[in-house]
Amino acid sequence: MNALLKTLRTAPLSARIGMALIAAYAVVALLAPLLAPYPEAAIVGAKYLPWSAEHWLGTDMLGRDVLSRMIYGARNTVGIALLTTLLAFALGAGTGLLAATLGGWFETTSSRLVDVLMAVPSLIFALLILTIAGTSVVALVLVIAVLDSTRVFRLSRAVAQGILTMDYIEVARMRGEGLGWIIRREVLPNASAPLIAEFGLRFCFVFLFISALSFLGLGLQPPTADWGSMVRESAKLIAFANFSSWQAATFGLAPLLPAGAIALLTVAVNLVVDWVLHLSSGLKE
Amino acid sequence: MTRLLDIRGLRIEAQSREGRTEIVKGVDLSLNRGEILGLIGESGAGKSTLGLAAMGHVKPGCRITGGSIRFDGLELAGADARLLRQVQGRRIAYVAQSSAAAFNPAWRLIAQYCEGPVQHRLMPRAQAEAEAVSLYREMRLPDPERIGARYPHQVSGGQLQRAMTAMSMSCHPELLIFDEPTTALDVTTQIEVLAAIREVVRRHDAAAIYITHDLAVVAQMADRIKVLLKGREVEEAPTREMLAAPREDYTRSLWAVRNFQPAPRDEPAAPEPILSIVGVSASYGTHPVLRDVSISVPRGRTVAVVGESGSGKSTTARVVMGLLPPTAGQVVFDGQVLDPLSRNRPRTLQRRLQMIHQMADTALNPRHRVREILGRPLEFFLGLRGRKKEDRIRDLLDQIELEPDRFIDRLPGELSGGQKQRLCIARALAAEPELIICDEVTSALDQLVAEGILRLLDRLQREMGLSYLFITHDLATVRSIADEVVVMQNGAVVEQGPKAQMFQPPHHPYTEKLLSSVPEMDPDWLTRLLGQRQMQEKGAA
Repeated sequence: MNALLKTLRTAPLSARIGMALIAAYAVVALLAPLLAPYPEAAIVGAKYLPWSAEHWLGTDMLGRDVLSRMIYGARNTVGIALLTTLLAFALGAGTGLLAATLGGWFETTSSRLVDVLMAVPSLIFALLILTIAGTSVVALVLVIAVLDSTRVFRLSRAVAQGILTMDYIEVARMRGEGLGWIIRREVLPNASAPLIAEFGLRFCFVFLFISALSFLGLGLQPPTADWGSMVRESAKLIAFANFSSWQAATFGLAPLLPAGAIALLTVAVNLVVDWVLHLSSGLKE
Repeated sequence: MTRLLDIRGLRIEAQSREGRTEIVKGVDLSLNRGEILGLIGESGAGKSTLGLAAMGHVKPGCRITGGSIRFDGLELAGADARLLRQVQGRRIAYVAQSSAAAFNPAWRLIAQYCEGPVQHRLMPRAQAEAEAVSLYREMRLPDPERIGARYPHQVSGGQLQRAMTAMSMSCHPELLIFDEPTTALDVTTQIEVLAAIREVVRRHDAAAIYITHDLAVVAQMADRIKVLLKGREVEEAPTREMLAAPREDYTRSLWAVRNFQPAPRDEPAAPEPILSIVGVSASYGTHPVLRDVSISVPRGRTVAVVGESGSGKSTTARVVMGLLPPTAGQVVFDGQVLDPLSRNRPRTLQRRLQMIHQMADTALNPRHRVREILGRPLEFFLGLRGRKKEDRIRDLLDQIELEPDRFIDRLPGELSGGQKQRLCIARALAAEPELIICDEVTSALDQLVAEGILRLLDRLQREMGLSYLFITHDLATVRSIADEVVVMQNGAVVEQGPKAQMFQPPHHPYTEKLLSSVPEMDPDWLTRLLGQRQMQEKGAA
């Protein structure tokens, strides 16, 4: 724990900015009901109200408060993305490390299975499954987790294969250590840095993927607020906006707000990931 | 003789997490044209840093804080990149320790040779290629006309090292810096590389700095020797003078390493063997690597296995440890036939048979602290827990002469090379074994450190009656610690017997070649040996 704090203290400015932003998102997501001025899906005013003191970011095409929907959207989109990434890692890293350590038929079978899954374009695959299985949150999480676990599988297997050639693994094997010890105590601590970096990247991709599915109408279903569907709902407004006055111009900004929130979080995560990658590469400068 | 390089009061600082440390503390160095200067010292003495500084280069994270480096009238300390580019590679060339890492694996040898002279606009490509062939011939590379068309992985380690020396000569440099060019090579290959380097430097009238930790090698190569210790000069003298009469205690201690002798022990009459390898053959895939190998290790003795790389020494160890099942033959340990696979052997047997690897770096998990590295075998084999385990870890650290309080919470990355190897020994000892296989345990260490490890192993053997199967390519080590010697070549045992008998003629021709290839401290040794071998070749023809 102390070591972690010490490492955090050496973080460069970019990583600190990233961590601060992520913390801010987390706070907003966790405290959504307290922070949001209006309920998530209630119609609280006229349609398409401009920015004002009452509705800071105006209202959408049904008269729902945009700021409140943005805040709840953080909870829904980010929460589901996090859950999906965790699941993808449990699945991918687990089988990947096991495949590398065991070798033999298990490695061959699991690797070929992953190859097959990766051969299908993931967006098309997800669309197909979600159309068949229906668009529940559970189905969404499972489908994306399985698709993403293939990348994690490949990475963790490759990293583990490098580690498994080391003499200390041979020493453990000569001692007669079991599979559990070798994976947990010998391989995993050495594979953690690249896996953490990958976790950050994967999280961004899952997040964008959910937004993309929502944009296509197969992600989170209305009236649940999420940033992807908010972009979709207001995407056309940008073309109709009247930029003659400040108030009228805010109307055109509607799709840019959720899109901006997505972009900012992605950038923030990447700032942190860059730093972790740098740490894991072992470079001193 | 004209002065080519003049370094005065050079100070270099390294920046690390803990702050700044001075690694070169005011060293003077001068070199005339046509002269070879040997730089020796243990690791961390600043030899390589000084060697690089001679070409105006410092490693990232280091900087020159004082002094001057004058090369042929040009000041290189703090010189701008343009001047350095004109000098580096063109007038001063550098030959690194690991040629395999220094060559780009994606380019043919000759293409890499030509890069320097063509980039520096010294000559057209055709001329560079012609010169490459003639240098390859001078370096006695086989098939010099065509070897340039090969990729680095298609030639042997010794050939690659010579190709790199040839490459360093491509711009006709006035100064060459050799940083341990033969340390990674076998004794038999080393001779060829040494002879080729010496001849090429002399013929082209270049000056050279030869960095090494091997005294016998430097004695062959250098006109003058400078001894460094922790960034300071200990002494400098012409080679013959220094060999005959070293002035400083530290230099004498470097000399003394080669004369390490284990404490004499009483000789019980022919102890029974603890380990017998009986008619073992093994192969990697379809490629046979061991052919009918039989070796036996008497209890409480040291059996040394010697041979060049690729002779099957380490494979023998892997078969004994149950990592590579043999295709024929068996391994008998204390009267019991061992299962070919380690995982099928009972834990008590695994405990009694331990192995220490060559590279302590890769044999220790970088994320485990000393406490865990030593604690695990205690827990695993002996079932020790809590207080008892902690006490035993401290005992073990005491035994390997590392202070428990300072070291118990360190990570392997916070230990020096010698300390890591000691830790590996302690890990093997933790299992309370009867036989330890030592696979080249000293070859990655410099001589003073290696001597410490040998002393430790010798003491442990006397105290605990351990038996060693000691794998090495270094005959000096064999001479000092072995009771019996086994010589291997191409996966078969060529000759074996008690040490006294093995070091007495008559020898098997291969043993003869190995023995005669070990550099001696006599500066005329290489010249004499080359003369003898030439005579023999003529005689044979």
